[in-house]
Amino acid sequence: MSTAVTHSSEAEHAEHAEHAHDHGHDHAHHDLPWYRKYVFSTDHKVIAKQFMLASLIFLFVGGAFALFLRWQLAYPGQPVPVIGTLLPSQWVDNTGAIAQDFYYQLVTMHGSIMIFLVIIPLAVGMFGNFCIPLMLGTDDMALPRLNMWSFWLVPPAGVIIMSAFYVDGGYAAAGWTSYPPLSGVINSPTFTVSGQTLWLIAVFLIGFSSIMGAVNYVTTVLNKRAKGMKLFDMPLTIWGLFITAIIITLGTPVLAAAIAMLFMDNFFHTSFFLPDNLIAHTRHGIEAGAGQPVLWQHLFWFYSHPAVYIMILPLMGIVSDVIATFSRKPIYGYKAMVFAIAGIAFLGFIVWGHHMFQSGMNPLLGTTFMLSTIVIAVPSSIKVFNWLGTLWRGNIKFTTAMLNALAFVSMFIIGGLSGVFMASAPVDIYIHDTYFIVAHIHYVLFGGSLFGIFAGIYYWYPKMYGKMLNESLGRKHFYWSFAAFNATFFPMHIIGLGGHMRRIHDPSIYEFLKPIEGWNKFVTIAAIILGFSQLFLVINILWSLKYGKKAPRNPWRANTLEWAAPPHPGHGNFDRDIVVYRGPYEFSVEGRELDYWPQWEPGKSISVHHHTIVVDEKQESNAFGTH
Amino acid sequence: MSSALNLAHEPVTKIPMGKLAMWAFLASELMFFTGFFGAFIVLRNSNYTVFGEGSHHLNVAMALTNTFILIGSSLTMALSILNLEKGNVKNFRLFLGLTILGGFGFLIVKYFEYSGKWHDGLFPGQEHHTLFFSFYFLMTGFHALHVIGGVIPMIFMWLKSFTKSGYNHPVKVETLGLYWHFVDLMWIFIFPALYLMIPYHAAAGAAVHH
Repeated sequence: MSTAVTHSSEAEHAEHAEHAHDHGHDHAHHDLPWYRKYVFSTDHKVIAKQFMLASLIFLFVGGAFALFLRWQLAYPGQPVPVIGTLLPSQWVDNTGAIAQDFYYQLVTMHGSIMIFLVIIPLAVGMFGNFCIPLMLGTDDMALPRLNMWSFWLVPPAGVIIMSAFYVDGGYAAAGWTSYPPLSGVINSPTFTVSGQTLWLIAVFLIGFSSIMGAVNYVTTVLNKRAKGMKLFDMPLTIWGLFITAIIITLGTPVLAAAIAMLFMDNFFHTSFFLPDNLIAHTRHGIEAGAGQPVLWQHLFWFYSHPAVYIMILPLMGIVSDVIATFSRKPIYGYKAMVFAIAGIAFLGFIVWGHHMFQSGMNPLLGTTFMLSTIVIAVPSSIKVFNWLGTLWRGNIKFTTAMLNALAFVSMFIIGGLSGVFMASAPVDIYIHDTYFIVAHIHYVLFGGSLFGIFAGIYYWYPKMYGKMLNESLGRKHFYWSFAAFNATFFPMHIIGLGGHMRRIHDPSIYEFLKPIEGWNKFVTIAAIILGFSQLFLVINILWSLKYGKKAPRNPWRANTLEWAAPPHPGHGNFDRDIVVYRGPYEFSVEGRELDYWPQWEPGKSISVHHHTIVVDEKQESNAFGTH
Repeated sequence: MSSALNLAHEPVTKIPMGKLAMWAFLASELMFFTGFFGAFIVLRNSNYTVFGEGSHHLNVAMALTNTFILIGSSLTMALSILNLEKGNVKNFRLFLGLTILGGFGFLIVKYFEYSGKWHDGLFPGQEHHTLFFSFYFLMTGFHALHVIGGVIPMIFMWLKSFTKSGYNHPVKVETLGLYWHFVDLMWIFIFPALYLMIPYHAAAGAAVHH
């Protein structure tokens, strides 16, 4: 190991001394009190696990809420089976059926929890924290203490948003989009706390946490890459997370600003988003109107459309890595993939108006938003074709991670195509606010993001916990989820085209919805199966933690730097120096015995007619068992 | 063995971690205030008269005083960094102290301004409150919070410089300085937008009233 440091210059020696000192600390890490090791830890891997635990708990809360509302849609007015009468009296009527007020709270909270407390913390919080330092070959984030705080804002936010249970009127009920006037008109004096107020505080905190995390990610990617690692040597996972962090940095504060205004409307009875005559009828106290409800929609979607990409770009990166590894082939068009991510991120900022075709907008402006939205199909298609190109004639290994990654690609195609329908203003006017959009968002966020998250969990669990996940349980989880997912969400396209509105408590009161009653029941049964299929994941995670096979250092024979670290890395991550010699996707290189070539192994290759050929292969004589 | 590891090497961009993170954070902060300014532009255009009348009620003299205080404090902030880099601790203390005073001065003037508004019944919920004053309290309020957020670490650094170990982190002071200049810059936008930009016909209308 001493040779690794001989090349360092004189000036760096002083630094070495300092770092030797730091590592002394790391060994003394075991002396830290338990709450610094497991609770207020600054280790990025612990923080990733904290994000994972918190978000998986909320995944089940959000899922349970979804099942309640599905029950009401399929069997309106009928008592919730088994637990109906046990539910709190604010939630159900005296027969045990879902109360109307609670139904709208369910819709709101299901969306809010899944987006703000599940998908974003899992995709960005968990994978961002776990992958960035490891895949960059460094010891931790640029600012570990800031990183700790970015997690510790999330649990209070979760508690605050859920504590609305104890507030007069219950949880927020204006939808996850919180459109005013519905979200801004509270029939109460100033300074009263409603579910909506708590929702605003919680989302503000989560936004702040996101920004703190994103600032850290940007700094880490720019400043802490291992020796020799150029930006274009970074795996696509890192590119996805890096560009996502830029979106968060620029988009989330605008939501924070809008939330500050809506909070003032709620709490101090200002009227940023409330027009004149409305206030005169509904609010106590001063009548100060002159606001604009549509202004909220502009500000909200200026963040929340890019947020859609916050929820998918990291997973696009992860899926790229998983597909390349299990196809044993270089990613097809690596740079095109990077530019496609960047292109999607840029376009994501200029398309927000497509959520508002029905809100009242200059038709010319609508056309602009329609065109910019449809253009997103171009970089998205580049990505899909490149995934297919990577798979093409690959030596495909159908591990659970790979199955989930393939599900991501195929479900993303369906979700992407239904997106083109809604991007087109004339079509959108018909399907706006119907179950068609519900189908679309779930194909992208569940079929896309969540399957991508599953892929990532199966792929990195060995590095996270030092144990392999059980493949047979993993397969069961995948096949049941995949089948139940499609049975749940595909019929929603049909229900939506049948005119089923997005947020109605009782579809049975509408004559024109009678023909799709059967579909509603089918969807609900599928949703229940989908919900219970997730128990396979929980059982797998818990079972493998104790009984799982011990993970080798590089179980998937992958190329990226995290696999150079020991199976369950401690504080400081690596037990060797990391120097990067090549890009992350050197699979099946001609003239090389092994079908992969890790980034950290010395050796030279040249590119002839788009084929990489080994020139000088120095097999590293190391004791780390990378093979 | 592992003590020879060199994973935490010098920053790739040569920009210190905290400073680079501050630049990213300031980009974020810029977008935060952009949200307010965007809403301000939209609602001002649809409520010309209300905004014009509101502007008339603001105290330009106080705001101008505050503008000079903040610009001055940005200068003293820069001087304090310069002195710490040169190792002149005494002058570092002096100029950082002046910067802290500037921050407090700004907040004191703000306090008098706000109490005047309270007296005139312009707070949210009071009888003369209009949409313009919603923006006034929103934007100046968040700006004042940012001033407080800057002064607190300054006080910490200043007090630390009197301890035995002293305070010798010029990069941290510089990073805080970046933030402080940003807070200053935001005021340079808020000041004309709220106090000086009086819509033409609203001004004319107000002139008739008086």
